[in-house]
This record gives sequence, C-alpha cells and structure tokens, in this order.
Amino acid sequence: MASSVMRWLERSTTAVAVGLILAFLIVPTLLVIPMSVSPTSYLRFPPTGISFHWYSAYFSDQEWIAATLFSLKIAGLTTVASTIVGVMAAVALVRGRVPGRETIQALILAPLIVPHIVVAIALYLQFAPLRLVGTTTGFVLAHTVLAVPYVVLIVSAALTRLDQSLEMAALNLGASPLRAFLEITVPLTAPAIAAGAVFAFLASFDETVVSFFLSGVENKTLTRKLFEDIDFNLSPIIAAISTIIVVMTIAIMGLGQLARRATIRKTGTN
Amino acid sequence: MSALTSADIGQDRSARPGTADASEGRGRFGRVASLLLIAPLGLLLAAVFFLPIVNFLSRSFIEPQLTLSHYAELFGEPLYLRILLRTMWIALATTALTLVLGYPVALLMTRINGVAAAVVSLCVIIPLWTSVLVRSYAWIVLLQRNGLVNQSLQHLGIIDQPLTLLHTDGAVLVAMTQVLLPFMVLPVYATLRNIPPELTRAARNLGAGRLRAFLAVTLPLSLPGAAAGAVMIFVLALGFYITPALVGGPRTLMIATLISQQATELSNWPLAAALSFVLLVLSLGVTMAFKRLLGVDRMVHHG
Repeated sequence: MASSVMRWLERSTTAVAVGLILAFLIVPTLLVIPMSVSPTSYLRFPPTGISFHWYSAYFSDQEWIAATLFSLKIAGLTTVASTIVGVMAAVALVRGRVPGRETIQALILAPLIVPHIVVAIALYLQFAPLRLVGTTTGFVLAHTVLAVPYVVLIVSAALTRLDQSLEMAALNLGASPLRAFLEITVPLTAPAIAAGAVFAFLASFDETVVSFFLSGVENKTLTRKLFEDIDFNLSPIIAAISTIIVVMTIAIMGLGQLARRATIRKTGTN
Repeated sequence: MSALTSADIGQDRSARPGTADASEGRGRFGRVASLLLIAPLGLLLAAVFFLPIVNFLSRSFIEPQLTLSHYAELFGEPLYLRILLRTMWIALATTALTLVLGYPVALLMTRINGVAAAVVSLCVIIPLWTSVLVRSYAWIVLLQRNGLVNQSLQHLGIIDQPLTLLHTDGAVLVAMTQVLLPFMVLPVYATLRNIPPELTRAARNLGAGRLRAFLAVTLPLSLPGAAAGAVMIFVLALGFYITPALVGGPRTLMIATLISQQATELSNWPLAAALSFVLLVLSLGVTMAFKRLLGVDRMVHHG
C-alpha cells in the first residue's frame, strides 16, 4: 500500500517536472501566435480581444512584402541550385569512385560546423569588391553553400540504403549506367531528393546571419528586416510575420518528413 | 545556424545505413565520371566557402604586415579575454542545462505511446523547426521590463518593481538553452530507443531495483547519445550569434557578437579575423576531438 502511494507520488512528480520542461520548449515557440492577434501593441495577459490588424498591416506594408518576396526568390533559386549540385555529388560519393572520399565528405559538411558569423564576414569581404553584396547572385551562391550539405547528407543516406541489386539487374539487362540511374535510382530516391530540396529551401529562407551581412539597402531578406525591427521596435507586426513563418515552416517540414518516410519505405532496408 | 535541419542529423544517425555493401570496386561510375559529378560542388565550395574564409582569416596575420600583434591584442586585453571566457562558460552551462532538462524528456519519450507520445514529440520538434530569430524575439517579449514574466511576478505580488531580466547573462543562458534543447533530446532518444528492453528486464529479474537497473544498464548505454548531443550543443553555442545579439544586447557580448561588433562598427577586420580564428580553432578542435561520437562521418559513409 505504502509503496504504491510512493510509486504514484514518484510518477506524478516526474510528470509535472517533464511537463514543465515541455512547456519551457513549446510556450516561447508558439507565443508569437497570441501576440499576433492581440489588439494592443504590447502583449497583455489575459488578452483583451482578437484582432487581425497586424496581419493587414503586414500585407499592406511595401517594405515587408518586398523583403518577403526577395527571401522567397532567393530560397527558390537556392533550392534548385543546391539540389542539382548536391544530388550530383551524392551520386559520385556513393556510387562512384572518388579518391579521398572521407576527406571530401568532411569538407562538404564543413559549412555545418563553421560558425555562420565567420562565413558571413568572409563572404561579405569577398563579395564587396566583386559588387555581389545585396545581389541575387551573391545570396544564391552563399545560401547554396550553406544548404548543400543537407542535400548531400539526405540523398547519400537514401542511396546507401537503396538495394543495389535493382540497379544491377537493370545493368545486367543491358541498360547503360546513365539509363539505370535515371530509370531506377532517381525514381526510387525521389522522396529523399524532395526532402533534401525542402531542407535546402528552409536553410535559405531561415538563414539570418549571412543574410544580415550580405543584405544591401535595396535587397533585404525577410530575416534581415526582422532582425533590425526586433532590435529597434517591437511592433506586433513582427509577431504576425513570425506566426506566418512558423505555420509555413511546420507545414513544409511536415511534407518533408512525409517524403522521408516514403524514402525509407521505398528503399526499405530498415 | 540552421536549427531546423539538424534534427535530420540525429535521425540519419539513428537510421545509420549499415546494410548496403557498395564496396569500392563496384562503384558504377568511373573515376572520370565521378570527378565530373562532384566538380560543380567542389568549385562552389572552393570559391564561395574555403577561399573567402582563408582570405578573411589571413588578414589577422598579414595586416598591416606579417604580424602576431592582433593576437597579442586579443589575449592581452582583459575585456576580450573576459568575453572569451564568458562565451565558454555560457556554452558549457547551456550544455549542462540541456543535458539535465533533455534527458528526462528523452527517457519519457521511450516509455509512452499513442497520443501522449505524439504530443511530446511535437513539443520537441516544433521548436526545432521554428526560426531561432522568432524564438529569440519571443524571449525578448517574455523578459523585457513590461514583459510577461515581470507582469506575472508583479501580479502575484512576488515583486514590486519590474526586474531587469533582458540583456543579462542569465537571459542569454535561458534563451540559448531553450533554443538548443531539442539537439539534446533527439540523440539521447535515438540511443535510448535502441537499447534492447530485455537488458533492463534481465537486470530487474536478477534483483536490481528500478533505480539500480537504470543506473547500471540504461544510463551507461545512453551515454553515446548524450555525449553526441553535448558536443553538438557546445560547438553551436560557442559560435551562436542571433540569440546573444538580441537577448544579450551590446552589454552581454559573446565571441560571435564581439566579432560582428569589431567588423561592422569598428571596421577592425584584422581583430575580427583573429577572433574568428580563435573561434574556429575551438569549434573545429572540439568537433574533431569528438568526431567519432558525432558520427557525422558514418552518416554518408559506407565501408
């Protein structure tokens, strides 16, 4: 009897403790949602009503919309560039003969490890004399470098998991390596390639530090404008935009996750 | 930092490919074709990553002429040393806090299922996918003078005057812990999930209490995941920029915000380069030392 009471106490204490940790994780993440629909310009608790004022303020603000469209353009182009370059490299690494493979893999992953502040200043100094600062080309080059490791990682993992006998069968039946690749390998790893593309898109859209240094007066990314506005005035427009970003990210990542599941099912050695 | 993507690193590690035996000789693309396939990425990384970084860092050694004076300045100036030490202290404290808070969550995730499991996973994964910028902004709103924390404390009658919470070391520590916590939960969960339940059951059958079974079996077997999470968080925290810049402000500098200040406000590129070199040596040093734990090389690699 006493031990079951102890057991119950222990369990409920654990539940409360873990519940608090989970609240610590999720509350600051979703806080922007109630803020974005608050009618007052600072957050009051309990809320005094619901208003979509800050959303309409965002959609009617030329500067915010320009920054959003610019970020979407950069992220779209980065996705295309890093998916093409990354898939090619992954194929070479997994299915080809590359001397010094381990070193090359480590070098490809380096952009994940080097702090972004170092990359940001280095690229700013390199791009400034070339007049690439604040240009679409400059941003896409920089973001592709930062996004491509994810494509290489995800696609390499899928290629490694893919049962090679399928490709071998195609080859034995007379297909050329290119044809076997295009007709067998690509369709079977398509979900992984899609997942890589999703990560690349978000890696660019979400990127803040390098974008901060590469933004010009005209061409600002959404993250750069958010960063400035958070630092100087805490208008709830920021909460409205943040909410849009959070909802969008969750939706896109959900899709990416489904794509990954599909890869695992298709390549299915798990 | 791209927080949203590193979940993938954890997941890829848990689904580590060990099955395919694509041995070296059987690669179907020849040497020339392979090099052509990898060349675009190689050129891109060389021109837009390695060359700019080498150019930038070299300025700490060659401006105005061959010199180590910028390093002498860096290590001779108490303010810079203090910021360097504070950075390491905050990175270590963040690592310790994420371990203490993350482990129980990971443990719980292995013991529940159904709706509860889905809710807990979402609580871990949604923050991971959410922009660091957005979460840092939320912390400002929570911690500022008329923010929610001060409002609540005053409402409850615990304090009379609002506390100064924002722009303190404590604020940076709390915000960074929240931002980086998922990076601890996921790798620990991945190792815990792979521990065969028979092991714990065996320990229990042999007479160990639940606590003893945990301490003698589960905990040691989960250490690789905890270590991987700790290394990842420590390295990310060392070079963290967004959260210290916004939540810490100009008075609570860390090394990344100091680098940015030297570059943008003072145009002192050689000193910014020297600081960057120190940061890079620290980050790469820790990563290399614990490379096996991180398993980065095993993710893509086969054979």
